[in-house]
Amino acid sequence: MSTSAAELRDLYQELILDHGRTPRNKRKPPEANREALGHNPMCGDRMTIYLTLGEHDALIEDVAFEGQGCAISTASASMMTEILKGKTAAQAQEIFDYFHTLCTTDHASPPNHLNEDDLDRLDALSGVRQFPIRVKCATLAWHAMQAALCPAGMRQNQVNSEGDEKQ
Amino acid sequence: MTECGLFACVTPKQFDAVKYRADFPALHQEINGAPLVFLDSAASAQKPKQVLEALTRLYANNYANVHRGVYTLSQKATDAFERARETVRRFIHAKSSDEIIFTRGATESINLVAHSWGRAFLKRGDEVLITELEHHANIVPWQMLEKEIGIVLKPVRIEDNGDVLAQNVIAAITPNTKLISIAHVSNALGTILPVEEIIAAAKAKNITVLLDGCQAISHIAVDVQALGCDFYVFSSHKLYGPTGVGVLWGKKELLNKMPPYQTGGDMIEVVSFKGTTFKQTPHRFEAGTPAIAEVVGFASAIEYVSTIGLDRIAGYEHELLEYATAELSKIKGLRIIGTAPNKASIISFVMDHAHPHDIGTILDGYGIAVRAGHHCAQPLMERLGVVATTRASFAFYNTCDDVDALVAGIKKVQEIFK
Repeated sequence: MSTSAAELRDLYQELILDHGRTPRNKRKPPEANREALGHNPMCGDRMTIYLTLGEHDALIEDVAFEGQGCAISTASASMMTEILKGKTAAQAQEIFDYFHTLCTTDHASPPNHLNEDDLDRLDALSGVRQFPIRVKCATLAWHAMQAALCPAGMRQNQVNSEGDEKQ
Repeated sequence: MTECGLFACVTPKQFDAVKYRADFPALHQEINGAPLVFLDSAASAQKPKQVLEALTRLYANNYANVHRGVYTLSQKATDAFERARETVRRFIHAKSSDEIIFTRGATESINLVAHSWGRAFLKRGDEVLITELEHHANIVPWQMLEKEIGIVLKPVRIEDNGDVLAQNVIAAITPNTKLISIAHVSNALGTILPVEEIIAAAKAKNITVLLDGCQAISHIAVDVQALGCDFYVFSSHKLYGPTGVGVLWGKKELLNKMPPYQTGGDMIEVVSFKGTTFKQTPHRFEAGTPAIAEVVGFASAIEYVSTIGLDRIAGYEHELLEYATAELSKIKGLRIIGTAPNKASIISFVMDHAHPHDIGTILDGYGIAVRAGHHCAQPLMERLGVVATTRASFAFYNTCDDVDALVAGIKKVQEIFK
């Protein structure tokens, strides 16, 4: 696969760089009731996702994260926190499924509860499609979020995004 | 040539890197629209056409299984294979070619020592000294012995600049120390360890010494007898040879006392259902059909670098290292990780505002191949307080132009992450 300067610019577009530089919701909310650690063994990056789930685990009242990563993984975590706040656990899973498909294939159709802003954010992140080895950077926070959503007892406290490459 | 530090100075004018470069087909290609600038030889080196031709020649003319056939072709293959063992012996100045064991790679070589020598000669409470800068391959096999037989693995602290002081290793020796297993050269930082002093102290106390020579073998002329260690391990693929071949060198008397590592064909004397006896070294440790063509190709790689001369290669690479260090040091916001006084041609660095993976991806967009990550040395990264680094490593086929391309590429990274 060949990388063009345009693809590099597409990956490192302003929206990504902005979220990479000044990530949103990078904090540990005291009321968070779910958390999971994402670890990228390729680079050693670690990222903890905190979820505050409402009653009956239905609504994600707050999403935040802490940790260190590259511009792509940090921007992805940051944008994820903005996208998922106010969504239900089921919707969050649908959004991750869509995002994962978007990053790894050429045929993805978005769930209808995503607004234009969210679609733009995910579209920006999906620039990693041209950089197969970097897909796992973009999906790291999402894998951790998914692990945090799992009911207690079935939850893995640490996950990675190994195996995420464009097919 | 004048002496400068450890190395004879070989200025770029005195060393025709461009001529040697022509021998490496893979270096002459465009990556992402730019000429390839390959700065990841520490991970794996490119192969000269002489090695590729040796592989083809072996398969085309002299291929059969080794040590088995009574027919001429098998004898030809066996001769080529055993000649390769002799080539390796000469290259590292071993006493006997029986001391050269071919493995799948240096990782397997260390695992072989841990499994065979470690299980036979180490017991609960025995201490194995390593340093904080070791590659995972020289950490995890000993951790397995910690779990299995209760040995104690003791990492010796390194300096903040990535240097290893012999006195610190020597001070960590106790009456329980049975093995010192350390890198000759750090893969992540390039630090050349003061192995002579450490070996001298170890030998005075009858401690076995293993050197991980993976990075040293392509940068330093190695003489295992002069070094005085007990085991020396390295891989073919970092020395311009094929993948899938490594070497374990060990002192013959030690090797012949060690039980087999893997068992099967070619390593036995007599097999019966009442019991089996094993061959002496090296065949005792080479169960099954070996990587015949790759071993022969490896010998050709050794002949290739020997023709150039490892001392000249080391001198030239040192000049490249000095030039690259000076140029990278000029870049504001870039910090070199690992500034020990004695280094092989490896530079690890971090940058403000840009993660190594982002740096690696952007440099790749300009055809520049560097390694980004923890370099299979996570404890070292933790010790130095970094998550990961970007690493540029230089071989004799690199030139000052490659350094300039790297510097220009880093400026592009800074434009994006300003």
